[in-house]
Amino acid sequence: MSANHLRLPPFGPKFGGAAEYIVIPALALFSSLVLFGIFVASFGKNPLDLYFYMYQGAFGTWFSWQNTLTRAAPLILTALCTALPAQLGMVIIGGEGALLIGALAATGAALVLPSAPPLLVDVAMALAGMAGGGLWIMLSGALRHYRGVNETISSLLLVYIALAILNFLVEGPMRDPASLNKPSTYSVGAANMIGSIPGTEVHWGLVYGLVAAVLSYILIYHTVFGFAARVAGGNIRAAKVVGLSVGRLILIICFLAGAAAGLAGMMEVAAVQGRANANLAAGYGFAGILVAFLARQNPLAVIPVAILLGGINASGGLLQRRLDLPDASVLVLQGVIFVMVLASDTLYGRWSIFKGRAS
Amino acid sequence: MAGAGDIGLWTIPVAVLGGAVRVSTPFLFVSLGECITERSGRINLGLEGTLVMGAMAGYGISYLTGSPWLGVLAAGITGMGMGALHAGICGLPRVNDIAVGIGLMLFGVGLAFYLGKPLIEPTAPRLPSIDLGWWTDIPQLRAALRINALFLIGVALAPILLWALRTTRWGLIVRTAGESADAALAMGYSVNLIRLRATMFGGFLAGIGGSFLSLYYPGSWNEGLSSGQGITAVALVIFARWNPMLCLGASILFGGAAALGPALQSVGFSHGYHLFNAAPYILTLLIMIATCSPKRTLIGAPAELSITR
Amino acid sequence: MTFDTISRRRLLQGTAALGLGAALPIGGARAAATTIGFIYVGSRDDYGYNQAHAAGAAALKKMAGIKVVEEEKVPETDAVEKTMESMINLDGATLLFPTSFGYYNPHVLKMAAKYPKLRFEHCGGLWTDKDPKNAGSYFGYIDEAQHVAGVIAGHMTKSGKLGFVAAKPIPQVLRNINAWTLGAKLANPKVTTQVIFTGDWSMPVKEAEATNSLIDQGVDVITCHVDGPKTVVENAARRGAMVTGYHVNQAVLAPKAYLTGAEWNWEVLYPRFVKMFTAGETIPNFYRGGLKEEIVKVSPYGAAVPEAARKQADGVKAKLTAGSYVIFKGPVTDNKGGIAIASGVSRGQTDPELEKMNYLVEGVVGATS
Repeated sequence: MSANHLRLPPFGPKFGGAAEYIVIPALALFSSLVLFGIFVASFGKNPLDLYFYMYQGAFGTWFSWQNTLTRAAPLILTALCTALPAQLGMVIIGGEGALLIGALAATGAALVLPSAPPLLVDVAMALAGMAGGGLWIMLSGALRHYRGVNETISSLLLVYIALAILNFLVEGPMRDPASLNKPSTYSVGAANMIGSIPGTEVHWGLVYGLVAAVLSYILIYHTVFGFAARVAGGNIRAAKVVGLSVGRLILIICFLAGAAAGLAGMMEVAAVQGRANANLAAGYGFAGILVAFLARQNPLAVIPVAILLGGINASGGLLQRRLDLPDASVLVLQGVIFVMVLASDTLYGRWSIFKGRAS
Repeated sequence: MAGAGDIGLWTIPVAVLGGAVRVSTPFLFVSLGECITERSGRINLGLEGTLVMGAMAGYGISYLTGSPWLGVLAAGITGMGMGALHAGICGLPRVNDIAVGIGLMLFGVGLAFYLGKPLIEPTAPRLPSIDLGWWTDIPQLRAALRINALFLIGVALAPILLWALRTTRWGLIVRTAGESADAALAMGYSVNLIRLRATMFGGFLAGIGGSFLSLYYPGSWNEGLSSGQGITAVALVIFARWNPMLCLGASILFGGAAALGPALQSVGFSHGYHLFNAAPYILTLLIMIATCSPKRTLIGAPAELSITR
Repeated sequence: MTFDTISRRRLLQGTAALGLGAALPIGGARAAATTIGFIYVGSRDDYGYNQAHAAGAAALKKMAGIKVVEEEKVPETDAVEKTMESMINLDGATLLFPTSFGYYNPHVLKMAAKYPKLRFEHCGGLWTDKDPKNAGSYFGYIDEAQHVAGVIAGHMTKSGKLGFVAAKPIPQVLRNINAWTLGAKLANPKVTTQVIFTGDWSMPVKEAEATNSLIDQGVDVITCHVDGPKTVVENAARRGAMVTGYHVNQAVLAPKAYLTGAEWNWEVLYPRFVKMFTAGETIPNFYRGGLKEEIVKVSPYGAAVPEAARKQADGVKAKLTAGSYVIFKGPVTDNKGGIAIASGVSRGQTDPELEKMNYLVEGVVGATS
């Protein structure tokens, strides 16, 4: 029963009920903002100022939009790391580890190809990043399938192990001796850096994220493979009865999930940091879990949710500077929104206005 | 040099012992509480937020009232409130408990950081320690056996909870709710009410676990205080197969492993220290790989629990 | 820049449209005052690194015509680039102090190249003439203050064992460990310093565990190089060990155990920089200084410190302040038996070799990787 909890029907085929899927989250979002406004007002701040600066910081100017999208880019990819295995009923919370391993693998690929043309290096980095992240989460899947080890725990433990490996390599065998006070690997090379989407300051990771989300959606809802995965997610026994190879499904889905997070790690190296170091562990993997759950594990819904979260994060600075609110305000607001949106799940199918159209 | 105090390499096991006692307490409280919650058929991943809220509330109340034990109580009550929030929301039909837990983790951590800003600088009264090492002359061992009462309470609580789960009526009701909601209903109990109480109990203990962090060890309130102890402790419950005694063992093992890295460095062995610092995680993973089996589902797993199916 | 003006115009339109214009300092900020942005990696009241910088920012707030905007807990990712741009675009900041080391490369360099008319002053970086001219890096020779604190530590230890809790084996940290140990050896040539690396800048449980492990080894004077020394100071004091502090004065946390400490003095440096900036002078791109330049200071000695120790420490401090004393003067042996600084070589504070330090001196127990 629980696996069904994790997923809700896809948007596409059930457009009749779409109104419900827009009105209810919008209501939840609205009431969260009201609640947060009351919370902030109780500390003597004007909630109208709050809403204004939030809007201004997240979506009010072209600069704010770019700020928001930049922050959303890695979250789309890391959210897929949780959303894809959820189709099988698996709860993977180790996207951060896959991101770090992916970033390390991508850096390694660039460093072994010092004189190759940039396009080739970037493709190699992306493939290595995806392979690294993919294998990392596949390890959780394999442990689950072959050893019965709970994937939620193993993927969480693997985050801490990945972080230790990253720190060990960056301060030890892979360290560029010239990276004095910020231990890092050698640079992947300025020529190999992936720039911004033309006309913007947002790096290409956003586009990769969008493409990955759309492809995931098609894979899950419009292919036989996706159908098989959803059957297995609904009921493993039934899946075995109809002859599905559950192990193969688990391994492939986990690999794809990790590959998405690994690609996010590759982008952090190739578009932001230029090298691997401890700064890669910025928590994008953990934020991705929230995005996935809020998007109800739907790969397409991940996109707007990631943008919303990016927007809240982008507006946090303005709240600190203008209203003198603590940095944690952003966390409180996110927490309220998540809880409200999740609690609003209970409203679906209850209102007769929607019922007639939904069926 | 320090003659009597110099015990050479013996420092390592002594430090691991001391670390096991010092570091394990928050894991112990969170995992014991979560053990009861999960036995009732619900998983509360929000205990990381509860732990941090408890740490903040405990420190704040201790600072304001001057009594650390009042702080512990306040932390427990705060945790209970967080538990009630989780259970209340999850009691609504069609709401997913794992997701709500993740939401509350964020909310709790955020709220604690928000309210705790003015508490970072002040110094609050801390919990006292009990000297159980009076019989030994070795200062290291004595220090390792300087123990906080909360640790002893936690150690005592483990067998009591095991006994209560196995033999009391209350334990039977909790387990029934966890094994089959229908059966509990048939017996005339409200599953939601049972789970509400079990989750509040879990929150209470997790809050106290948090107060140990801020009021005893490491013993101050700041935003880096919990490096994921709450979420790791939830994982330890599954590792411990929903058995309170195994939760105790798992917490002590985890705490001891966490002390290994610093202990090795203190005797001059520092190469690859990052990998030693990851020892608790590696060890837990290896033990799980060794002890799990694909043939059977996890023994002791409550059938209603969404994370185990 | 077109981007800049467009965004400001849009912002003003938005402001007017919502009828909140009067409440907002946007637009007016630039005309009224010089706006200076401070960015911290951690919490402003951490009794450590960030608090020291915030104290410097607080000193600026007292100056006329200066407006300070601050943002804390900004990670060392592209988030800090966006924070800088947000301060520039939305607050009109013209001088920025991104205070965490990890901000420099690539983030500060990228922003400095993008906004060539604005000034970026970074703490700890190594500016070279290949970097943008409107960027600069400053830092303090806090190892001088550590050296003085080391003298006190050497006097106070009874076991002859000192302890150092450090985040990562990087040059700035190693330099502090070495300077502190060399100072202690002036008082007691036999002392050893045991180092424990925690692996990151803010890990309270590991820092507490490291402190306890050190004391179990017989260490009786401890110092640290982590972002917030509160945990180390309090835990050491609770177990009866003595401490010398770091970043800011932690005496209030452990009045009896606190011997002295190495503190930043950004309250002196930042107003100096800002006066240069508002007067239209150029702030030096590469700026370093120690006790003499008042960029670092030594905490007042604790009551437990005896007269002899004070006298020797004060003597060293006076010579450092006068500039007539070199901490890293050959021969210096490293703790693997190699030669770190050859006999006759004197590495003064400005020597760039010191910024690349990768060894621990003889008497330090621990390894650099």
